[in-house]
Amino acid sequence: MPFDSLPTPSLNEYLMISGLLFAIGLAGVIIRRNIIVIFMCLEMMLAAASLTLVAFSRFNTVDGLPDYDGQMLVFFVITVAAAEVAVGLAIIVSLYRARQTIHTDELTTLKG
Amino acid sequence: MENLPWFLLLIPFASAAIIQLGLKRNAMASSLLSTASVFITLIIAFLLLGKDSASSLTWIEAGNFKLEIGYQLDQLATGMMIVVTGIGFLVHVFSLGYMNDDEAKARYFGCLSLFMFSMTGIVLASNFAMMFIFWELVGLSSYLLIGHWYQKDSAADAAKKAFLVNRIGDFGFMIGILMLWGITGTIVFADMDGASLGTVCSCLAGTAILLVFCGAVGKSAQLPLHVWLPDAMEGPTPVSALIHAATMVAAGVYMMARLYISVGADMIPTWSADTIAWVGGITSLAAALMATQQSDIKKILAYSTLSQLGYMVMAVGLVEPDTGMFHLYTHAWFKALLFLGSACVIFACHHEQNIWKMGGLLKKMPLTGGTFAAGYAALIAVPYVTAGFYSKEEILTAAHGSPLFWVAAFVAFLTTFYMTRLFVVAFLGKSRSENADHAKEVGPIMFVPLIVLAALAIAAGFKPVAELLNAQDPRVEGREHPPIALIVSIVSLVLGLAAGFILYKGKTSDPLSIPLFRNKFYLDEIYQKLVTIFQDAVAAIVHFFDEFIIGGLLVGGATRSAQGVGNIFRNFAQNGKLSGYAYLMGLGAVLVIYFTVFAN
Repeated sequence: MPFDSLPTPSLNEYLMISGLLFAIGLAGVIIRRNIIVIFMCLEMMLAAASLTLVAFSRFNTVDGLPDYDGQMLVFFVITVAAAEVAVGLAIIVSLYRARQTIHTDELTTLKG
Repeated sequence: MENLPWFLLLIPFASAAIIQLGLKRNAMASSLLSTASVFITLIIAFLLLGKDSASSLTWIEAGNFKLEIGYQLDQLATGMMIVVTGIGFLVHVFSLGYMNDDEAKARYFGCLSLFMFSMTGIVLASNFAMMFIFWELVGLSSYLLIGHWYQKDSAADAAKKAFLVNRIGDFGFMIGILMLWGITGTIVFADMDGASLGTVCSCLAGTAILLVFCGAVGKSAQLPLHVWLPDAMEGPTPVSALIHAATMVAAGVYMMARLYISVGADMIPTWSADTIAWVGGITSLAAALMATQQSDIKKILAYSTLSQLGYMVMAVGLVEPDTGMFHLYTHAWFKALLFLGSACVIFACHHEQNIWKMGGLLKKMPLTGGTFAAGYAALIAVPYVTAGFYSKEEILTAAHGSPLFWVAAFVAFLTTFYMTRLFVVAFLGKSRSENADHAKEVGPIMFVPLIVLAALAIAAGFKPVAELLNAQDPRVEGREHPPIALIVSIVSLVLGLAAGFILYKGKTSDPLSIPLFRNKFYLDEIYQKLVTIFQDAVAAIVHFFDEFIIGGLLVGGATRSAQGVGNIFRNFAQNGKLSGYAYLMGLGAVLVIYFTVFAN
């Protein structure tokens, strides 16, 4: 097994990865101007949260067995996220139809 | 007998209340009720002559603090009471005729009763608090009566002026009462200890006396608060006779006499007494000068009243309250007579008040003219046969040795001069207008009071009469009269008569024209200007405060600072950039997490 020599990752490493993913997603949401990219970054933040849930679920053992509640929750998150993507993409499409743009710099109606 | 003095207060009050509450529609009944009430008080006043008693009811009590409503009868009070109720009764009777056709007769008599109630209250008062209450009440009834014909703007304005000017004096009066209270520890006249005035600095005691005197300055119309009295002649003439000549305006002198008797005349600091004397002297001089150039018969008499009040105040200031009260007593009779006489003249001439449109009235109205002549003789102090002579002699005696003596002598000359002018122009010669030509003698209800008053104007100065009426009489054993006083008063009388007759005999218009005197030294105009300037200044300051401090700084400042902070945040945070909002939201989330998880 070529992967046998690799060490088993610990909870901390999972959490670091998850935090990194979350931070990259947040940075993308803040920095990027294209609304579709922002949307993708949002999904990345969701994925980071899901990864955390799975990691905790894996390392939290009850009677020697992993606690599967967290993984159950992740399924729900994925389901809801799928629905959310459908709604979000629909909003983006209708936004594009209304404004002919998906660049946030040009969407300044909220300026006070 | 013990409770009799209370009826002096209660009867006029009951009359006023009944008229106000029930008899307003019945003019005849109101006038008779009012006259009957004052007749009963007159009888009570006679019964109380010479009595010396005091009684009081507690009105307010809290700890050591006690206010009483009470009466104090002594020679001062009973003598004054005779003057008040006597003239009050005669004026009521006169008013029955004079005000017969007035539309608001019931209101008139109701106000007269209210006045009688307030005035008896001042006379009977046993302490300063009660006196102050009734002091304000006479001010109120004076206001109501001056403004009796309130449909006329001039009457309404005069009433307002009288009230406001009196308020200025009364404010000082109140502070003076409080200061005296602080110094002597009591406001009850009988308990006042003059010695305590000596224990404080004479500047403090003198200030207290002068502040109390402020009340007299307002009520007795001394300079500089005299301006209301000539205007008060807008009221019905019997009111002028009762309130603005004989009784209410003399209340200031009565009050000062009461104060002097309570604390002891020796305890009054000299400087404040001198100030009072000079205020009186200057008032009498200025008013006499103004009187020489008036052409309204009532205005002449009003200035004459001012001048005579100045005499009384001068006597009070010379620490001879007895002399002041004696002049008050004689003056009350003959000045009421002169005013009622002028009322008859005005009545007969169809409300003509200008003396230059009268003339020849002595022949047309012999009774009025004759009694008026008696009052005239008393006012100019014809020696030995009139009451005015005796009291003026006492005042000259009191002033002897001070520069005020010559002021008083000159005023005596001026008095003779302007009264001669009035008498010659209005009563002698030929009629100068149709109204005067058609003048007829008034009815008996009006001339009978005149005759009674004329008798008193002549006789009141004689010793037995003064004793009978319990007047304060300074002519005690051992009082010396300097011969110069008699000489001066006779010389000024002769000079005044001569000047008046020579200048005014047979004239149809005033040969003298002195605008300064005719326009009352322009004091009204000066006051008008001063009040305007002062009022404008206060208004400007208040406006500045309101507009800039309250409006601009407090209210406007709060909105502007809220707006400014809002603007800062709007420009910086609410910029319309989606990424900016996302950043802030992220920052917010981080902060919330930081504070909830790590900051503990």
